[in-house]
Amino acid sequence: MVEVRPLPRSRALRRTVSTVLGSRWALVGLLALIALLIVVLSSLQGVSATRMLGLVVRGVLLGGVLALGALGVTLVFGVLKMANFAHGDLMTVGAYLGLVVMSLLPRGAPLLGLGFGYEFVVALLVAMPLVGLLAYGLDRVTFRRLRQRRSAPVMMAMAALGVAFGLRSIVYMVFGADFAFYYQGRARPVVELFAGVRVRTDQLFILGLAVLLIVLVYLLLERTKVGKAMRAMADNPDLARISGIPTERVVFWTWLIAGALAGAGGMLYGLDVQLRPEMGWWLLLPLFASVILGTIGNVYGALLGAFTMGIVWQVSTAFVNPAYGPAAAFVVMILALLVRPQGLMGGGR
Amino acid sequence: MSLLTVEGVVSGYGEMQVLRGVSLRVDPGEIVSIVGPNGAGKSTVMKLIFGLLKPWEGRVTFDGEDISGLPPEQIVRRGLCYVPQVDNVFPSLTVEENLEMGAYILDEPLKARKERVYELFPRLAERRHQRAGKMSGGERQMVAMGRALMLDPKLLMLDEPSAGLAPLLVDLIFDKVAEINRTGVAVLMVEQNAKRSLELAHRGYVLATGRNQVEGPGAQLLADPEVARLYLGG
Repeated sequence: MVEVRPLPRSRALRRTVSTVLGSRWALVGLLALIALLIVVLSSLQGVSATRMLGLVVRGVLLGGVLALGALGVTLVFGVLKMANFAHGDLMTVGAYLGLVVMSLLPRGAPLLGLGFGYEFVVALLVAMPLVGLLAYGLDRVTFRRLRQRRSAPVMMAMAALGVAFGLRSIVYMVFGADFAFYYQGRARPVVELFAGVRVRTDQLFILGLAVLLIVLVYLLLERTKVGKAMRAMADNPDLARISGIPTERVVFWTWLIAGALAGAGGMLYGLDVQLRPEMGWWLLLPLFASVILGTIGNVYGALLGAFTMGIVWQVSTAFVNPAYGPAAAFVVMILALLVRPQGLMGGGR
Repeated sequence: MSLLTVEGVVSGYGEMQVLRGVSLRVDPGEIVSIVGPNGAGKSTVMKLIFGLLKPWEGRVTFDGEDISGLPPEQIVRRGLCYVPQVDNVFPSLTVEENLEMGAYILDEPLKARKERVYELFPRLAERRHQRAGKMSGGERQMVAMGRALMLDPKLLMLDEPSAGLAPLLVDLIFDKVAEINRTGVAVLMVEQNAKRSLELAHRGYVLATGRNQVEGPGAQLLADPEVARLYLGG
């Protein structure tokens, strides 16, 4: 960080400088600088503006899927103080549960200009609560026992990792290692958004649904009794108990919501790309990166982080091999955390 | 009949014994103050009564029922509410939400209850939509007390309500404790500020090395030169 070089002499000045450097605005500034750099790079490399805009749009779409996962990760962390490494695989399970439900239903005609029929929506409505209940069930048999024994956070994380491997192995056993598609060989309608940027209508549906779910989670947290209790538990679990909040019930709702969001995220990701048994596993690190970038445990930070990661991931593919997309996103995360270790929404300083 | 009785309680954290036989009682409508030097186990007694710590020996009864070792979420239902010394608000929740959390177990509109707290603490009414974490120490103490009053407890337990507050605010908080008590709520408090709290209390206990050593009316304890010399720092 070049700005630090002229070392201030007095301690007070140094503190001022470090406050400015560590402020939220410095981080926002850094992200803006990166955005500017990308624009300059793209014009140097002769990447067309349309292509760049298209990538940004794709990034926002990916951000929506990441946000659904990241919301769950950050809720579980906030309420249970636990890094749930099984979250990505809950998304995978959601995607495959949707596939199972769809295979049981007769195929309908595509819905108004979209690439899928009613059966996808039904599958979504079935898979979401199922993944939520699965998440709570897993908590009952594994994490809750560890919590009651006051196990160290690292033990909880390892247990979650074990659950992740278990879930993925089951998916491998049942569905095999091959790709799967919700709709094979069906035309996927495309529309032009603006300035030559074209997206599939399915992708607009994905983003729309992601935003809808995010708004619902927001309303739940701000307006409902159980939502406020979730925030209270994230703030101060001891005081929540002292106030008489039934903490186990709050834990149930946390898993139900986090799991349902993961299920939706998995199905939407599957609709956009394809289904693979390790699809969620590969999303896990970007999910955690989003959550950490936005300050772990903070819901609104997770959203900001997810969309930032999604956009950086996609836009970087204009300059580097697409396989390095997640890596580019991580570089941004590391830079951001060097400036502001507590993340975008963190308190202090 | 006493509202709360603690009989020969022995307890501690892990292997470390802190309470070596504490007995006390609170009668309906009383203010009872526990004073004593640092490390005497004052806060530990409070945690034990509220079920955050299990008694190794002895028992706690409230309203004639044995509540020893019950979890806090069941104790609040019986009319006993507790304000810990530190971390006693939900910082990211607004004042109003903090109060709502105090009455989480009720399935009824909370408006009337909130208004009663706002009447007691007009300052909170002005700031009902502010986040508790952004408030001053005194205001936070009011939020914490307000939260604990939402269930109309028979007994309010306060752990060092005046700790770390400016003298003016200390006066305010003690006035509020008296005001709450006048509405018929019994108060059990632990205080570092022994003089002030014994002046206010109907009765007091001096706790030292995990035992209660002296007991009596607040004024009498204050006048006792032995108590003053031993525990109140002269």
